[in-house]
Amino acid sequence: MGKTLFDKVWDAHVVDTIKDGPQILYIDKHLIHEVTSPQAFKELEERNIPVFRPDQIVATADHNTPTLNQHLPIKDELSRKQLEQLSENCKKNNITLYELGHKYNGIVHVMAPELGITQPGMTIVCGDSHTSTHGAFGTIAFGIGTSQVAQVFASQCLLLTKPKSLRVTVNGKLKNGVLPKDVILYIISKIGTNSGTGYFCEYAGDVFENMSMEGRMTVCNMSIEMGARGGMIAPDETTFEYVKGREFAPKGDEFDKKVAYWKTLPTDADATFDKEYFFDAADIEPMLTYGTNPGMGIKISESIPETNDASFEKALDYMNFKKGETLIGKPINYVFIGSCTNSRIEDFRIAADYIKGKQKAANVTAWLVPGSKQVEAQIIEEGLKTIFDEAGFELRQPGCSACLAMNDDKIPQGEYCVSTSNRNFEGRQGQGARTILASPLMAAATAVEGKIIDITKQLQHQVRHEYTAV
Amino acid sequence: MEKFKTLTATAIPLDIENVDTDQIIPARFLKATNREGFGENAFRDWRFQKDGTVNTEFVLNQPQYGGPILVAGDNFGCGSSREHAAWALTDYGFKVIVSSFFADIFKGNALNNGLLPVQVTPEFLKELMTAIKANPPTKITVDLVAQTIGIEGSDHVEPFEIDAYKKTCMINGYDDIDYLLSKKDTIEQFEKTLI
Repeated sequence: MGKTLFDKVWDAHVVDTIKDGPQILYIDKHLIHEVTSPQAFKELEERNIPVFRPDQIVATADHNTPTLNQHLPIKDELSRKQLEQLSENCKKNNITLYELGHKYNGIVHVMAPELGITQPGMTIVCGDSHTSTHGAFGTIAFGIGTSQVAQVFASQCLLLTKPKSLRVTVNGKLKNGVLPKDVILYIISKIGTNSGTGYFCEYAGDVFENMSMEGRMTVCNMSIEMGARGGMIAPDETTFEYVKGREFAPKGDEFDKKVAYWKTLPTDADATFDKEYFFDAADIEPMLTYGTNPGMGIKISESIPETNDASFEKALDYMNFKKGETLIGKPINYVFIGSCTNSRIEDFRIAADYIKGKQKAANVTAWLVPGSKQVEAQIIEEGLKTIFDEAGFELRQPGCSACLAMNDDKIPQGEYCVSTSNRNFEGRQGQGARTILASPLMAAATAVEGKIIDITKQLQHQVRHEYTAV
Repeated sequence: MEKFKTLTATAIPLDIENVDTDQIIPARFLKATNREGFGENAFRDWRFQKDGTVNTEFVLNQPQYGGPILVAGDNFGCGSSREHAAWALTDYGFKVIVSSFFADIFKGNALNNGLLPVQVTPEFLKELMTAIKANPPTKITVDLVAQTIGIEGSDHVEPFEIDAYKKTCMINGYDDIDYLLSKKDTIEQFEKTLI
């Protein structure tokens, strides 16, 4: 029987199998950040265990970093201490760190792919559930807890039971204005937040084949929101072209050798999956969430469902929405374009394309937060910053920012925020804040209009983007 | 890690589905660099109102309920991978979480911290919730060795599944690092074969 993409990468990394127990899986790259690593370093130190393979670890500061005045000392004492701790730990253990201000600093899931650290066929872990992002390269990438961070520090391995396999296939042509974010929000709204639990997901079909790497990253990023530990897309020419020439990508003959290997990774035609879902691209519209988990999503043309269930009602109560109502026309005072889901250059190009020649609505506070220093530089270089400035938008400095509100970028109590991030949990963007997840296009339109609009009614021309092949 | 074999105690019914780790421990409390003290902020925004006053509606603040067992709705621990959620729950005093479904990463984090996730059928979960709500001093017995959970005053003893390796770790208080370090030679041999 044939093997899946996941099987091939997994099997190539199994060091040993414990009888009637888990397998020892070798980890190629370990990404770390300031929030989930300090306790792991401490544990190793207390047990007098050295870091086994420091050259396979890359660190960045992202969760806690301010998005204004990064050149000044961080005001929040606890945040500052956590960043100092990361610097100290990396220095002590000879780990490469792209700290605040470094030209490669950024959100871990933005900076690693853009530097070519992420490559097809690898196993990558990080103490962050959105590590699934890297699966866009045909990589087994998943989030781990801090005890596991310590295990990887100690042995470059993890003890794991092989997850089951799941495939989501989307074929057809996406409608104008439907972006990768809409595709993944649509999938999660259809299959729910826990149907992926215990599974590793592969996304297949021409919708993903035609997507850019950045679009694929947006999709794989949110795999965890349907419970899947990770999501993968088969590496192809788009992948190889993206990786080629990047800072840490293999060069010359070595690159060609790798490509030959990467070409063997896609799922065999006769491979089978434990579970499969099929969707039609034509059914997808711009999506919005109305509740307090990412599965509570609707198409822009739909109304909030009339479900009778205590948890559902609790969510609507928190959001102050009513069953059966539409979100179109809802006034919105906050817009956030950023996070490891949507903070790459294509996201800002889409936003700038829409915003160009328009003005931000007076009632809206809009934060545009690039995913990395490199994205920030590119925004300036391509003249997008000028467009944003002229339209009254604020371009901030890179970091996780209002996605989880660990820094000062918090949405006030009771306010709605149309956000390109990945989670609409209660209080995620600030205590009492109400998050509506959407694509960068929907977010940009909301910021201009000051309320939610049906973008499909407004689009005069094909949305310019590299997401879908032209 | 603390050893765990059996526990008979009262339980708290958290009858809410999809409890995510952002609720268990909000991100703004993740700035510490050690594992201790997170219990103080466990379920912070459900236990307290924005003005800092106690939310008497929330089950953890209701005096009739108490104990080291948390009985929670479906899909417990979804969302962020933060192990701080497991630390917050153990620091608050929980030793067992019962639910009809656990998110993957949370389950692993709990097991790595001696916090036992017990997955039961939706029917048994309902039975548990009903029994505790009807009579809060009801004792629940969780037997890891036998892999069963029972309700005081009921003959219904429900079996539960747990990975055999993880069960051994919990019973003996072992963790994965010890095991992985014992395999260092095999790992180094494997590294030589990598493409």
